[in-house]
Amino acid sequence: MSDISGLIQSDVSADRVVPPAGFTVRLTLFSAGAMAFLAVFALALSLAAGRLASQWGNELARSSTLRISAPAEQMDTQVAAALRVLETTPGIESARALDAAEQQALLEPWFGPDLPVEALPVPRLIEILETGAGYDASGLRLRLQGEVPGAVLDDHTRWRRPLVSAASRLRMLGWLSILLIGGALAAMVTLAANAALAANAQVIAVLRLVGATDTYIARAFVRRFTLRATTGAAVGALIGLLGVWLLPAADDAGSFLTGLGFSGWHWGLPVLIPPLAGVTAFLATRAAAARVLRGLA
Amino acid sequence: MIELENVAYSYGGGELLSDLSIKLAPGSFHFLTGPSGAGKSTFLKLCYAALMPTAGQVRLFGADARAMDRDAIALVRRRVGVVHQDCQFLDHLPLIENVALPLTVSGKDVAREETNLKDLLHWVGLTNRASALPPELSGGERQRAALARAVIMAPDVVLADEPTGNIDWEMSQRLLQLLIELNRMGKTIMVATHDLALIRAAKAQVQARVLRISNRRLQLAGADL
Repeated sequence: MSDISGLIQSDVSADRVVPPAGFTVRLTLFSAGAMAFLAVFALALSLAAGRLASQWGNELARSSTLRISAPAEQMDTQVAAALRVLETTPGIESARALDAAEQQALLEPWFGPDLPVEALPVPRLIEILETGAGYDASGLRLRLQGEVPGAVLDDHTRWRRPLVSAASRLRMLGWLSILLIGGALAAMVTLAANAALAANAQVIAVLRLVGATDTYIARAFVRRFTLRATTGAAVGALIGLLGVWLLPAADDAGSFLTGLGFSGWHWGLPVLIPPLAGVTAFLATRAAAARVLRGLA
Repeated sequence: MIELENVAYSYGGGELLSDLSIKLAPGSFHFLTGPSGAGKSTFLKLCYAALMPTAGQVRLFGADARAMDRDAIALVRRRVGVVHQDCQFLDHLPLIENVALPLTVSGKDVAREETNLKDLLHWVGLTNRASALPPELSGGERQRAALARAVIMAPDVVLADEPTGNIDWEMSQRLLQLLIELNRMGKTIMVATHDLALIRAAKAQVQARVLRISNRRLQLAGADL
């Protein structure tokens, strides 16, 4: 905690004891910037996948389809029987049979607009909407078996699960990418800090000669690397945000690929990336400085 | 203040110093002589815990050096001013900031010490070189700057390792006068040198004990001079 307060407090004289030049400045700035830029996209991907999983889950979980296949002369009777069964089933909010036009619209992508649905033995479909509590699918199937022999209940579980699972895994991969980006940033900052400490062995020797504690010496390096990483990450995150903002907006036709950006308060999350990069750099540099200073003792 | 008791120091399998015992009393002035490679610098490093003895005990201001952690050693070094032959400075900082470095690292407000700092630079004759970078200084200027840095914290002890090694006789005399002045202020001084003329010049003005490292051991060498 004292390290963090010491880091925040400005100490111009202490900052000046470490020479300012060196390739480690550019390395840290560039690494932090690049990693923050990638982190913004990984975050956008993860959040979009999360939204998609949630949307698919909610939309599909509350609807089911009852398909009735029966000879033409029994079709209306069986549809009416099925609707009666559904009306008396607890957990079902509404059920309605699709009319010919709706069924034709469903088949249109495959058979074109001129398909004579009435002339073909296509099954009739009943759309079921559940209440929040849902219904007992096994119980309903048993009842339908007895009263509407041509009915097949599809509660969407079979094809909803893999979709939701895929979206969830995509979200997980997004978060994993963010973790890996954080790890890569820590590794780059550690390398840069090690190089800076090694290049400044003479400076460290002078500071020790005049009575500097290891904490003081480490703090001079840690503060510098933390500020560099935070600055680089701020620039990278800003450019990343601009890139996400320029992506096409979400629409029904484009679906997932056009909904890759942030929505609502999610736009605020990338603001956390620079301070997190700073914390990562702080921990990485502090560990590197402690190790190097122990070695130089 | 600084006390060595049966101290030995081995390096690379061989013993460089053996069975050294000495107490540096407050206000005393010591010269340490001996041939090159005899271990004068090593002896001084033992006195400010830059090296630890391989046998025996070094006590710095009452504490066993070997029992000190690195922070405690850093605090001891604020009480011991050190002047090296190859004065070590931070080349990117101007002279005045290098001289003020002990104040900076100990967390003191350098701005409040500005008057003392200027007085000190005047004392060592470097007022007009305050903003020069170390690589721009001559050998004598660097030595005087190193002395100014060594005493800015008002240390109890000043250790100087061949402080006149790279400078001419006139500048050596000037530096010696500064060390004698410090001693008259009550500071304990130890100067490692093989410059016998310097020792003679000092003994004419101040009561100094001359020690010699010979065959790994410390001897009183005053009678030889």
